[in-house]
Amino acid sequence: MPSADQPVVSVRDLTVGFRTARGHVHAVQGVSFDLHPGRCLAIVGESGSGKSVTARTLVGLTGPNAEVEATGLTLDGQDLTRLTDRQWRSVRGRRVGFVLQDALTSLDPVRTIGAEIGEALRNHGLATRATVHGEVVALLEKASVPDPERRAKQYAHQLSGGLRQRALIASAVAARPDVLIADEPTTALDVVVQAQILELLGAEKAEGTALLLISHDLAVVAKLADEIAVMRDGRIVERGSAEAVLRSPSHEYTKKLLAAVPSAHPKGTRLAGPRTGEPVVSTKDVVTGPVVEVDAVSKSFVGPDGVRRTQVKDVSFALQAGRILGLVGESGSGKTTVATMVLGLLEPDTGSVRVLDRPWSGQRESRRRPFRRHIQLVHQDPLDAFDPRYTVERIVGEALAAIGRTGDRRAQVTRWLHRVGLDEQLLDRRPRQLSGGQLQRLAIARALAAEPDVLVCDEPVSSLDVSVQAQILDLLADLRADLGLSLLFISHDLGVVRHLCDDVLVMSDGEVVEAGPVEDVLREPAHEYTKSLVAAIPRIEDAFPEESRVTT
Amino acid sequence: MTGLLTVPSRVTGATRRLHVGLSLAWLFIGLLVLAALVPDLLAPQPPDAVDPAIALSTPSWDHVFGTDELGRDVYSRIVHGARFSLGIGLGSTAIALALGVLLGVVSATAGRVADSVITWFTNVFLAFPGLLLALLVVAILGPGTLNVIIAIGLSSVPGFTRLTRGQALVVRDSGYVRAAITLGQRKPAIYLRHLLPNALPPLLLFATLYLGAAIVAGSALSFLGLGPQAPTPEWGSMLADGQDFLDVVWHITVIPGLVVTLAVISFTVAGRDLRRRFEGRLPDAVR
Repeated sequence: MPSADQPVVSVRDLTVGFRTARGHVHAVQGVSFDLHPGRCLAIVGESGSGKSVTARTLVGLTGPNAEVEATGLTLDGQDLTRLTDRQWRSVRGRRVGFVLQDALTSLDPVRTIGAEIGEALRNHGLATRATVHGEVVALLEKASVPDPERRAKQYAHQLSGGLRQRALIASAVAARPDVLIADEPTTALDVVVQAQILELLGAEKAEGTALLLISHDLAVVAKLADEIAVMRDGRIVERGSAEAVLRSPSHEYTKKLLAAVPSAHPKGTRLAGPRTGEPVVSTKDVVTGPVVEVDAVSKSFVGPDGVRRTQVKDVSFALQAGRILGLVGESGSGKTTVATMVLGLLEPDTGSVRVLDRPWSGQRESRRRPFRRHIQLVHQDPLDAFDPRYTVERIVGEALAAIGRTGDRRAQVTRWLHRVGLDEQLLDRRPRQLSGGQLQRLAIARALAAEPDVLVCDEPVSSLDVSVQAQILDLLADLRADLGLSLLFISHDLGVVRHLCDDVLVMSDGEVVEAGPVEDVLREPAHEYTKSLVAAIPRIEDAFPEESRVTT
Repeated sequence: MTGLLTVPSRVTGATRRLHVGLSLAWLFIGLLVLAALVPDLLAPQPPDAVDPAIALSTPSWDHVFGTDELGRDVYSRIVHGARFSLGIGLGSTAIALALGVLLGVVSATAGRVADSVITWFTNVFLAFPGLLLALLVVAILGPGTLNVIIAIGLSSVPGFTRLTRGQALVVRDSGYVRAAITLGQRKPAIYLRHLLPNALPPLLLFATLYLGAAIVAGSALSFLGLGPQAPTPEWGSMLADGQDFLDVVWHITVIPGLVVTLAVISFTVAGRDLRRRFEGRLPDAVR
């Protein structure tokens, strides 16, 4: 074991380039850092900043097209640039553990997680056939997996996202590596589960493991990191102690990232700087009163095992005109099912839905169809939302045609693109050629082109980087103000909901457990579940409680 | 950057060999198509000129593939037979594709009852070997070229139906179909505009791969005397005619057999090539 002031990993002037069809691309340029036992370095940056490539270099998994150069790249004094494949295998898992974002694809689908973790132990000669089961159970228990004996016999797809991530961490630390790399370990998870995973990583750090944490979210790393390096376009633009970087950032880019964290800012503040969409004053009549009324709605489904399960139980609420109602809950709590019923894509078993003071559920499709344009959807996976063969012009044009708009389609589509902050140069692009943020803006443009009164947003920002998420949240707030839209905003992220919404509805296991104005509910949560949600919001200020909040 | 590592696209020895095989496959398909369209260009000798004097002669400069028991030129008969073998393959695949896509789309979109019925029949028919079903149909319709096309086409419908249903289900539940519904469009219009174009490309590729199998099935039925009737030069019936003389001369049996084999391999290799090229970016392929 190296002493605390001696780095386990030392990286000097690391440069990684990729040979591609379009020539040479530099993913990482001149990056240097050290990892110390029992300390955590967080590398923070947006998609494409080179942070993941940097992490992969330490386990020799940059791929055959990569050209890795460094004046120094050592693990415990051993030069990593000269390792053979065989030597790399003894480094991976044994000396450097690696936890990836997507635990479902990182775990072998045809082996139990017990076998997966057991293999890590056996490969490195740390357990025998006789002792391996006990070791596996002990590791799972240490990773706070409840009922480890039973879980060890299950397959990855039988576990929830949080349990999978824990199993993955258990297998990564099975061989007691000195270094643990976690690449976006919590990005796909609920806030509550995210908090638990971060705690688990913190425990590893406390035991003397050197931790390299990769994330796009400064609020997530705030709790764990001792040191933060901010990466952009393959370079480290700012580094320092976590406190210094979070409290007094010096680089413009770091300030922008900090400003994008919704939980750190009071309501009504813009997260991403000046507005990107063009303000347009609505010409529609102002609607008042409730636009969506959901009355005691229930829905159950028969699962693949033939057992009927209730997804939504007796849910009632009203969305008032011009308001934003947040619908919060963990995955599987029935939020999306409620949204699907509000959109009239699914019939409730009991109860009723009214839209714009008109009966909506239980109606013949021919009666409902002419009014569908009044309630539009922006959904979670932006790439799945568009016909891959269509151009941007045709995508938005489809909405225009649906409400009977004729005339110069290109001009009208351009107007809608401008309103959501997209350039008309994108008119002839196809969805695959757009970034995640552009796709989500396009989804909003298409929904708006139908000139709706209500917009249902199902996790519209959960697949986006924090900085892009900030822009989309700003855009939605602007559109509400300009067009008098009413929004049903579904999210698992209370930070986002607190920032954007007027009212909130907390769902757990298909039931509404708490409802009310967002500030009231979050300040004094009455229900246990809401309390745990509120406690789990990653906050930068929590990391340094004695200091006042970040000012930007 | 959370995307996975790039896969190397180095040109290795193996892939280079594949390119040679590919070129040969496409070349052979080209020749077959030419033979089917203008047989006289490739084989000026008439395929049915009987000359007992030179019956069963082995390959020579005058008759490169030799002659059969009636003294007809085997090469000429193979070239002229391409029209029938390809015709049976294309015709039956077209029938299977059309009916399969129709049933598959109906199954995926027309509600639970239609889906259950279609899926049940599809599963039952898939349990039988295709050739057995084709034989059954020919037994009902009687022998003949058109009937063989219908028989093979019908017997291949279940496979196409199942594949279409799977594709259509994915598109039906996609975000863009859902978005079109919330825009208030009618379902038939949505299925025509979004579902069919997005479900079709993999099926067209499957159809190219299937061509080879359909040609074999056609030859098999002809071999049994159920296809084009004598003296039509069909490859399968040539095989059948030659088997009586197998202990005297090999070429009248082996050469048509080789041609069938080469045709099947070529269509399979070419179909795989198409799939490899378009898979993953299918939507771009159908602009």
